[in-house]
Amino acid sequence: MNPAELAEHATGPREVFIEAAYLVSSILFILGLKSLTVPDKARRGMQLAALGMLVAIVGTLVNHQIVTYGWIIAGLALGSAIGWPLGVFVPMTAMPQRIAISHMFGAVAATLVGVAEFWHLGNGAAVGRAQMAALGFEVLFGALTITGSLMAFGKLQALLPSRPVTFRGQNVVSILMFGAGLGLFAWLLVDPANPAAFYAMVGLGLLFGVSLVLPIGGADMPVVISLLNSYAGLASSATGFAIGNNVLIIAGALDGASGFILSLVMSRAMNRSFANVLFGAFGTPPPPSERTASGLTVRSITPEDAAIQLAFARLVIVVPGYGMAVAQAQHQVKELAQLVEKNGGTVLYAIHPVAGRMPGHMNVLLAEADIPYDRLKEMEEINGEFKNADVALVIGANDVVNPAARTDKASPIYGMPILDVDQARQVIVLKRSMNPGFAGIENELFYAENTAMLFGDAKASLSRLVQEIKQA
Amino acid sequence: MNLQLIELYVFVLAGFVGFFVITRVPALLHTPLMSATNAISAISLVGSLVLAGADRGRVATVLGFVAVTCATINVVGGFIITDRMLKMFRRGDRKPERAR
Repeated sequence: MNPAELAEHATGPREVFIEAAYLVSSILFILGLKSLTVPDKARRGMQLAALGMLVAIVGTLVNHQIVTYGWIIAGLALGSAIGWPLGVFVPMTAMPQRIAISHMFGAVAATLVGVAEFWHLGNGAAVGRAQMAALGFEVLFGALTITGSLMAFGKLQALLPSRPVTFRGQNVVSILMFGAGLGLFAWLLVDPANPAAFYAMVGLGLLFGVSLVLPIGGADMPVVISLLNSYAGLASSATGFAIGNNVLIIAGALDGASGFILSLVMSRAMNRSFANVLFGAFGTPPPPSERTASGLTVRSITPEDAAIQLAFARLVIVVPGYGMAVAQAQHQVKELAQLVEKNGGTVLYAIHPVAGRMPGHMNVLLAEADIPYDRLKEMEEINGEFKNADVALVIGANDVVNPAARTDKASPIYGMPILDVDQARQVIVLKRSMNPGFAGIENELFYAENTAMLFGDAKASLSRLVQEIKQA
Repeated sequence: MNLQLIELYVFVLAGFVGFFVITRVPALLHTPLMSATNAISAISLVGSLVLAGADRGRVATVLGFVAVTCATINVVGGFIITDRMLKMFRRGDRKPERAR
C-alpha cells in the first residue's frame, strides 16, 4: 500500500463514523432482502433498506476527499428528477423494460467510476495489480451490462424486434470479442500503465453486450434480465474493490447473488443451461418436429358457451401468460374471477416461473389488479390441482402449457416443466389467432379433445365473458 | 492481513449471505426482489459521490456527475417502484393498505 492509500485508510473519528454508517447500511440492506421472504413484512423491510441507503449517502458526504459539493448536488437533483417519475408513473405492465433500463443506469455509474479511477491514477501508471483486477472486472461487467440492458430494453419496449436477431457466424464473433476482451484484461494485469488497452477493453465490453443480447428472443428475456441483474451487481462489487469500499462490495455481492439465483431458477424452469440460452437461443431454427398439426382440428367456442361453463364451475384455474400482459387484461381477469366466486366457485392462478418477460412478471400484474397473493400458486403447488379443476382458463400462455415438453423429443422445449392444464375437465384457451408463437412451436394442447379455443384479443374476450356471465 | 484479502473475505461472505437469504424469497416476489436488489446495488452512488466532489480535474468531475445522476435515478426510482409493487401484494383476508 502506498502512503497516499494509507492516509485514505487512516482512522480518525470521521473515518470511524463513515465506516459505522456503512456497517449500519449493510445490515439494513440484508434485513431488507430478508424481509422479502415474507410477503407481509416485505414493504416495511424495504423501507429499512432505503433508510440504509440514506445512511450510506450521509456517511459518504462527510468523506474528507470531497471538497466541492456543487456537482454532487447537481447530480443528486437531476437523478432524483429523472428517478422519481420512473418510480411513480411507470405502469406495472412496463416493468420488464423499466427494470432492464435501471440495470443500465447502475452499470453506467459503476463503469464511469472505474474509468475515472483509472484516468485519475495516471492513466494506469499508478494502478497496482490487485486494483487493476478490480477495475478490469468493473468496466468489463459494467460495459457489457450497459449495452446488454439497452438491447433488452429495446426489445421489451418493442423498439427492436423481439425475435432473435442473428447473422452467420455470430457466436464466433461474440466469442472472439469476449476472448479479445479477456486478452486485453490479462495484458493489463501484467502492465496496467496501458491506456489504449484499457479503453479498447471498455469498447469491446460494450460491443459484446450488444452481440450477447441481440440474438436472444423475447421468451428468453427472463434469463437475460436476471443475468444482467447479476452483472450489474458484480460491477458494483468490483467498484467496491477498486476504491476500497466494503459497503459497495457487500451490496454488489447481494445483487450479484440474487441475479445469479434468479437466472438459475429461470433456466431450470426452461430446462436449459445458461450457455444454451445465451448462445443457442433459438438462433438456428430447431429441426422440425415430426409431429404436425395436419389432420388435427381445433374446436372453437363461443363466448356464450364459455361463460356458461365458467359460471357453473366449482374450481377455475387461470393460467396467465405474456399475452395477458400484452393485452393488459389483468383487471378483466379479476372481474371475471369475482363473478365466478359470487356463484360459489373458487379461482386459483397457476404461475409458471417463466411466464411473461421477467421473473415474477405475472404475480405483479395480478397483484396490481388487486388479486390476493394467496390465490397465486407456483407450478409445483398447483399442478396436482388441475385434475380437480372444472375449467382451466389459459390467457395468452403457450410454451408453458405445451404438452410437447413432456412427449416430443424433437421439440425445442422438450423437458421443460410445464403446467398440467390438459388434466382439467375443460380447457379454454384465449388466443389472438392460430399463428404459432415466434419459435414456431406447435402446441398440441390446442387440438386436444377437452380444449376449446376462444379467439380474439384477451381483454375483449374477457370483457365479453364477464358480460355473458352477468346475463346468465 | 492484506487489505485486498480482507475485501475478498467480505465479498465471499456477503455472497453467501445473499445466496441463503435470496433462495428463500418466494417466486411471488421475484419482480420486487429484482427491483430491490437493483436499488440496493445503486450503492455505487457512494463511489460516484466521492468522484464528483473530490476535485480531481474536469474529466473526473464530469464523469462523477454523470455517475451520481445515474446512480441516483436507481436509488430514487428503484426504492419507490419496489414500494409501489410491495404495496399491491395483499392476502385475501385483508384490505389493501390504500385504494389505488
